[in-house]
Amino acid sequence: MSERSWKEIPIGGIIEEAGNADSYETGSWRTYRPIWDAEKCIHCLACWIACPDSSILLEDGKMVGIDYAHCKGCGICAFECPDKISALEMVLETDAAAAK
Amino acid sequence: MARRLTLTGNDAAAEAMRQIDPDVVTCFPITPQTELMHKFADFVADGEVKAEMVLVESEHSAMSAAVGAASAGARVMTATSANGLALMWEIVYIAASNRLPIVMPVVNRALSGPINIHCDHSDTMGCRDTGWIQLYSENAQEVYDNILQAILIAENPDVLLPVMVTFDGFIISHTVEVLDALEDKEASDWVGEYKAMYTLLDTEKPATFGPLDLQDYYFEHKRQQIEGMSNATGVIKSVGKAYEKLSGRAYGMTERYMTDDADYVVVALGSTCGTAKVVVDEMRAEGKRVGLLKIRSFRPFPHAEIVAGLASAKAIGVLDRSVSFGAPGGPVHKEILAALSGTGHQTSIVNYLYGLGGRDISLDHIRSVFEELETVAGKTIAPNEVRFIGLRG
Ligand code: SF4
Ligand code: SF4
Repeated sequence: MSERSWKEIPIGGIIEEAGNADSYETGSWRTYRPIWDAEKCIHCLACWIACPDSSILLEDGKMVGIDYAHCKGCGICAFECPDKISALEMVLETDAAAAK
Repeated sequence: MARRLTLTGNDAAAEAMRQIDPDVVTCFPITPQTELMHKFADFVADGEVKAEMVLVESEHSAMSAAVGAASAGARVMTATSANGLALMWEIVYIAASNRLPIVMPVVNRALSGPINIHCDHSDTMGCRDTGWIQLYSENAQEVYDNILQAILIAENPDVLLPVMVTFDGFIISHTVEVLDALEDKEASDWVGEYKAMYTLLDTEKPATFGPLDLQDYYFEHKRQQIEGMSNATGVIKSVGKAYEKLSGRAYGMTERYMTDDADYVVVALGSTCGTAKVVVDEMRAEGKRVGLLKIRSFRPFPHAEIVAGLASAKAIGVLDRSVSFGAPGGPVHKEILAALSGTGHQTSIVNYLYGLGGRDISLDHIRSVFEELETVAGKTIAPNEVRFIGLRG
């Protein structure tokens, strides 16, 4: 992020550019990482509807993965995934990183 | 053509609001402000104004609704007093930080507890670091004039800060006085139309208001606020000059009442200035060189005007109508000390605390301040040597 002087930015914290949250990578805030099991997934999209960070990635109406650059690890997707399916599991970020 | 009216301070404020006819007025009642909004609600009910009046369930909501409406690009006003202002507190800061030019009459009243509905300045003095401009009014005429000027000050693109126009509870708010008001057309031409720089409703130019602002930019936004407040000094003066052309009544950062050659000067704000002027007149007739320095703009604080206004003074009595607990003196006193520090001005400064909870201040009280100042001239007064007016010993 380019850091500008107080004379160069809009007053009052106004953000003039629409949709620029995309350039703010909130993925680094994560403590737990959602791990998706493509085999189990039935593409009901409950996780996609509920994710507060628009981090469930779709292609042609099907779930294809998770945007880890923005996913904050809230766990809502795993909670909403139907119990019988359980295609999403929350794993400690440190464990997930170690497993790689 | 002026219209001569006979109104209470509250009704004078409502009259100014009728002529401004803001887009949105948010409101929750509290004594002694209630009659102000009551009167304005009459104007709404009678179809005399087009303003959208939003009645809410608390002052926190009144200020929140004002912030929302102002973010949407509306010209917004609300009003409050004392504990109502205290309940708004969180959002009072946000209004200033988001640079929303809301104008709010505040009818000064003591903060509880113990419960008291009468005048002192503890409510607005507690707000002196919220980032709002503060204009104090001496009488109903100034209430009316300050509100009309506040709109132009707040909305000036170099300022864009909210303004509190304060006046003393009951002493001004409920006392009937004669004042001159502008014609409706003059007033509406004066305030003109407000065009917000950003609005939530402009889908062509979408903007985000009040986002998270962390270590990387918050400091820069505060620096901008400092700049806006600093620009306000020039704008208050130029708006005052323009208003003088329109109304014949002059307004600046301060009013210097017979201070030019004065040996002894009282510094005050609000309705007590009217009482002090009578004493100054009486004592001048007796050949005493006394004067009053009235502070109209407390935020931004008029450092240059204070130094100029006190240039000849051998002793200064600073009147505070609120306490800064644990500090050497009251809020006004501290500002005066700061304004004079480093200027090389040698003078004796005495702080007087008066009028808490509506305790009367009389002509005799102010005369005795001047008489005491004559005895202290040339002496060093410790900043924490506060004296009390009208307190039982
Ligand atoms: S953990 Fe939260 S942020 Fe991440 S994908 Fe799931 S719902 Fe979205
Ligand atoms: S909620 Fe579970 S099953 Fe449904 S799309 Fe998401 S991961 Fe797949």
